[in-house]
Amino acid sequence: MDLSVNQQAVAYLVSAVLFILGLKGLTHPATARRGNLYGMLGMLIAIVATLLGREVQSYGFIIAGIAGGAVIGGIVAMRIQMTAMPQLVAALHSFVGLAAVLVGIGTFFHKQAGGLLNPLLMGEISAGVVIGAITFTGSVIAFGKLQGLLSGAPVKFKGQHLLNALIGAAAVALAVHFAMTGSLLSLLLMTLLALTIGVTLIIPIGGADMPVIISMLNSYSGWAAAATGFTLHNNLLIIVGALVGCSGAILSFIMCKAMNRSIINVVFGGFGSDGGSADSAGAQAAEKGVKSAAVEDAVYWMEDAGRVIIVPGYGMAVAQAQHALKELMELLTARGVEVKFGIHPVAGRMPGHMNVLLAEADIPYDQVLEMDEINSEFPSTDVVLVVGANDVVNPAAKEDPSSPIYGMPILEAGRARQVYFLKRSMRPGYSGVDNLLFYQDNTYLVFGDAKDTIEGMNAALKGGGH
Amino acid sequence: MPEALDPSLVALYVFVLACFIGYWVIWGVTPSLHTPLVALTNAISGIVLVGALLVAGDPESGILVQLIGFVAVLLASINVFGGFLVTHRMLSMFKKKK
Repeated sequence: MDLSVNQQAVAYLVSAVLFILGLKGLTHPATARRGNLYGMLGMLIAIVATLLGREVQSYGFIIAGIAGGAVIGGIVAMRIQMTAMPQLVAALHSFVGLAAVLVGIGTFFHKQAGGLLNPLLMGEISAGVVIGAITFTGSVIAFGKLQGLLSGAPVKFKGQHLLNALIGAAAVALAVHFAMTGSLLSLLLMTLLALTIGVTLIIPIGGADMPVIISMLNSYSGWAAAATGFTLHNNLLIIVGALVGCSGAILSFIMCKAMNRSIINVVFGGFGSDGGSADSAGAQAAEKGVKSAAVEDAVYWMEDAGRVIIVPGYGMAVAQAQHALKELMELLTARGVEVKFGIHPVAGRMPGHMNVLLAEADIPYDQVLEMDEINSEFPSTDVVLVVGANDVVNPAAKEDPSSPIYGMPILEAGRARQVYFLKRSMRPGYSGVDNLLFYQDNTYLVFGDAKDTIEGMNAALKGGGH
Repeated sequence: MPEALDPSLVALYVFVLACFIGYWVIWGVTPSLHTPLVALTNAISGIVLVGALLVAGDPESGILVQLIGFVAVLLASINVFGGFLVTHRMLSMFKKKK
């Protein structure tokens, strides 16, 4: 059975509508799973409609490719730890990028064989290949940084921006030459340069900015798909690419706003991990010293509290402390304490990272609140427990105009009656900025591994039960 | 016969309007589901599979091109299956208070 082009287009339209409804489902956790199913159905329809079209005549490679992808993708998706989601996402972005490059180059050969090349088509191929190549190597670098294979510190050298600009200009020149002449050499050189740009664009961005990088690459992978759609005159690819591109762009915007930085500043700024000079207010506070507390002190105040707010950060993910936190929540709730979680938009290594980890530990999502929802509750809260977060509760962002993070919206944990800060050491956060909250009168530091500390609290709560 | 609209211009129409849809739909996504959003958009950007199928499925363009297509199909399929499954796994974990 061969579908006509028009029948195929109708199927693609249905599929595009399903993708839009799928994304719309993520408006609320209750409808989200149905949304994902819409997405799957949309993809199934698109694939079947393509396979039944006249252009696909041989199925050997296709069946092998899809079967291989299903096995690899299935195994990875089922086995991956939730803490490793940022890495997985980066890896998957790189696949979209590379696939777009291959489809672009493959389409060039395909159309060349059919004598169907023209400058416009080759311009579109160039766009798809260049964006795909940048997405590919950029995501590989991001993956390396997240997995700890590469240093998370920004790599900067003199003339970096000039070099990027020169490579970019050379790539554009090659793209024009390719579009005019159809030279394979130009196409391949251009691809090589775009692959280089992906590397040089991401290495100067520090580990602290990972949520922005992930969102940016998410966006690029969408634009790569859209450009491929232009190449193939396929409206479905264009629609999906635009949706994904917008999604990544909006997430990048939200992440930047949550750090009070512009996207330009993130891409060219190279923030953090270079030691961090002690700012004036920080140095003053440091002289006052910090107070440390034992697990029992924290437990003593928490068990009689009216409300406890837990602020998790990337440190919770590293320590895998989310399950211990769930038990702590239950033990406190059993004593009549109201327990809530406060999440900063850039907590963790990707947008929404903390929410997934807490959900994994079976913590109900209606007890997990966003920054804007929870900030008004801190002044009437007895105890705040900061677990592996740092910069996102630093009052310097509000009080110290000389601080690099000044102006960043924060969780106002310091306004609670007492703050217990679970910390491994006195090291500053990713921004390299000293945390003024440490030195506040109502703050106590509890040193040790986050998971061990919380398990200690749980044991104390169980032991002291009446 | 009236002058036909350039197909590339039609594609541009579709693109621009889809950007607007994306803008409004994505702003509605709750921040707590931003990780599943990234995973789901990842899965659906595996739609480049459609392009890969066209490259891999034409025997007339030669074995080299079909091999390029095969690798593209494999990569895009990993995205599609991995992306949707991991999204499903994550979303199954989001529960309301009993």
